[in-house]
Order: sequence, then C-alpha cells, then structure tokens
Amino acid sequence: MQTLFARGPSVTFRMVVLVIASIALMTADHRWHSLEMVRSTLSIVVYPLQYTIDLPIKLYYWADEVLSSKQELLEKNREFQARHLETRVQLQKLDIIEKENDRLRRLLSATPKITERLLISEIINVDVDPYRQLILLNKGSNHGVYLGQPIIDAHGIMGQVVHVAPLSASAMLITDASHAIPVQIDRTGLRAVAFGTGKIDQLELRHLPHNADIQVGDLLISSGLGGVFPPNYPVATVSRVEHIIGEPFATIEATPLAQLDKSREVLLVWQNTPVPGTDGSEKKAIDNDDNSSADEVNSTAGEANQKTENVKPVTDGDNSE
Amino acid sequence: MNKTLLTGLITVIVAFMLAIMPLPDWAARFRPDWVTLVLIYWALAFPFRVGVTIAWFTGLLLDVSYGTLMGQHAIGMVLVIYIIHIQHQRLRVASLLQQAIVIFFLLLLKQLLTLWVDGMLGRAPDSWLYFMPTLTSTLLWPWTYLILRDLRRKFSVAKHNKF
Repeated sequence: MQTLFARGPSVTFRMVVLVIASIALMTADHRWHSLEMVRSTLSIVVYPLQYTIDLPIKLYYWADEVLSSKQELLEKNREFQARHLETRVQLQKLDIIEKENDRLRRLLSATPKITERLLISEIINVDVDPYRQLILLNKGSNHGVYLGQPIIDAHGIMGQVVHVAPLSASAMLITDASHAIPVQIDRTGLRAVAFGTGKIDQLELRHLPHNADIQVGDLLISSGLGGVFPPNYPVATVSRVEHIIGEPFATIEATPLAQLDKSREVLLVWQNTPVPGTDGSEKKAIDNDDNSSADEVNSTAGEANQKTENVKPVTDGDNSE
Repeated sequence: MNKTLLTGLITVIVAFMLAIMPLPDWAARFRPDWVTLVLIYWALAFPFRVGVTIAWFTGLLLDVSYGTLMGQHAIGMVLVIYIIHIQHQRLRVASLLQQAIVIFFLLLLKQLLTLWVDGMLGRAPDSWLYFMPTLTSTLLWPWTYLILRDLRRKFSVAKHNKF
C-alpha cells in the first residue's frame, strides 16, 4: 500500500514527537517511578511469550518428576523424612527460645517482634539485560506482591522486587551494580552497607575504616535498617579483607549465601509488626500494602523498624556471648 | 494483505522469543538484536505500513521485557526505523553487503543511545563486549533478510513486489 502523497503528519514530524516522548518517558520512569502502571499493562502482552519460553524448562522438570523411578522416590522420601525429623528437633528448641524471647520483650514492654509471611514463587527462565541482575517471578500483584518486597531462598536474602505486573514481577538481585543492602556483622554487630558489584558471586562493603573489626569468614546478616529487608536473615560471608595503604577505606568483599544463579524457587516475604499472638493482623497489613503505594508502606515501616532495630543488636550480642 | 500481516506478526513474536530465550551468561552477551533486525526488514518491505509508530511500541515492549527504562530501546528503535524509512528506496536496490554495512551503523547508533542512557544512570558496562550484539546482528542480516523474504513471498498476495 504505497501512496504518492503522504497522509497525516509527516514521518519526520512523527519521529521527532516519538523521540521527545521517549525522553519524557525515560525521565518520568527514572525520576518519579510513575510508569509502573504502563509497564505492568504492557507486561500483560509480554507475559505469554515469557511463559512460553519457560515452558520447555517446566516440561523438563515435570518429566523429571514423572519419569523418576519408584526406588528413587522412596529414597528421596526417606531422606526428606530424616531431614524433617532433624529440623523438627531443632525447631522445638527454637520454639521455646522464641516464646521466652516474646515473654521477655513483653516484660520489658519493648515493641513486639516483627513476624513474616512467606509465599513460594518460581523463577521464570527468561533472560533480561545481561549487564544487570534481574530475575522474573511467576507471582504478581494478583498474589499481593508489592514494590520493594524482599525475596529470599533457603540460604539467605536474594534481592527485592523492582517491577510488579498482575501475574509476574521482576526482582533485582543483591549483586546488581545498582543495589545496596544494609547489613551487620553477626560476630560484632558492626553495621555496614553491602553493595552489588555486577558479578553474581560478589558483594562489596564500602566505606569501612581500616580499624573496623572484620575478618574473612564473618557472617553478614541483614540489619533491617531502611525497612526494605527483614532483619537477621543471612546475606553473605566475608571472602576478602585487604588494607591497601593510602586508601581511605578497607577493601572488603563478600560472597552471597543465597544461590543467586541456581535457585529455581524463591520465597517472597511479607513483613509486618503485629500485636503478639494474633494472626489476624497479618492479613490486614497485607491488604494495606495493596491499597496504598508500596513505597509509602516501606518507608513508614522502615522508620518503625529502625527504632526497635537500634536496640536489638546489643541484646542479641549479649545473648550469644 | 491479511496473510502478510499475520506473517509479520509471527516473525516479530518469534524475534521477541529469541530475544528473551535463556542463554548461558557468555552467550547472552553475543545475542543479536533480533527484534530490531526483523523490524528493519519489514520496514524495508512495507515502509508505509511499518513506520516509526510501530517501531516505538515495539521498543516499549522490548523495554518491558528487558526491565530497562521505559523508552530506552524505543528511542533507538524509532531513529533506526526512521532512517530506514527515508532511505528505503536506496537500500532496497543495494546489495546485501551494502545493506549490512548500513545496518551495522544503524545498530551501532541504537547501541550507543542505550549505552548513553545506561551511562547517565551510572551503570555503564565496563566491557567492550557491550557492542558485540551490533556485530552479530550485522553478520546475521543476510540470513534474516533471505529467510524473511522467502517467508513473505510464500505467504504474500502481492507477489510482484521485489522485496
């Protein structure tokens, strides 16, 4: 369908308008994060493609399950049962300690402990920008996922949700070059911020002075400052401490504990500060997340957490020593 | 025309799938810019149907699936398709090699725009491999062109069209 005479506005005019629109969109997206609606609407178009791409991998796992022999399954079952028993025994102790902790907190009339609700989500196997560490999850705002929600796996903190669509969400891993997570050294209680480096197996602790008490092998746990991540989850272990003379700060690298490039399933965490002993409040807090803007919820929760958290490391340290 | 439209749509969808298909980390850095390649072909074949507006929306979809800033791929896509559009008569009669050279520079322009935005956000990549997709896409242009032309001819009503 070629026409000799152009209809409507000329191509050059349209090009200029669209280029300006792109720049405006980029600015709005970066400065005010105001395009989540547009993004989540457009994701509905892209989601079927992502789902289809993931299908063969899903099929592989399904076939693996279906085709495994009875013997194998029995063995697995036995192994899991043994492990289950072990963890149950450990949990018994933990349960008592937790109750005791709750009681002591009430005696001190301290703020009740933060509880968490978890939801298992699968990673959809699609590639995104190879220079950034993003993953796509198969749960979205329909399941109550909100912006800035922390994700963890069985070994530690993985990252946080950065875009939410109705059926999917993308999350940034803690090793992304533009990510930072407030941590604290388990052994000493020293607080620091772990920055991502862009490498999947490396974090960096910047701005720690040379005389900071930190050793290779130290466990880094989330401090809960900032309010995005729940406190006291393992994050990484320190893998290298170097004092370069002339540099103002020590060079400290850490290896994330979560299996960032191996996990197939991750856990989404909802954290809230309920009245102790009642479960109904959890539901309410999640509803709140849906209604109000996620950023707002996070920042207010963060301020509330910070007050309790400032006290907590000291008491934790006393208990362990 | 309807059949052609369907063919176009399916090729773009396949390009999208190739663009997000999981690859090992080293290979992902060499991944050709499939969507832009396919769109360039259709813009050459039907310059008055596949224009800058379609390019812009495709770019936005690419931004959504890559998780980049909204508009980051779209701006490059619009400029590439615009240049293809105003030069389509010359490009159509050019040889495959000449086309590939032009497309190399167009894709380089797009990659530079993306890099520029990444740089402004403070996450510029530190490796020259960043420009690898431009090179691999250029190398794949002749094949893309031939495959898409055969597909279009097979499913097209307008057989007299050279492209």
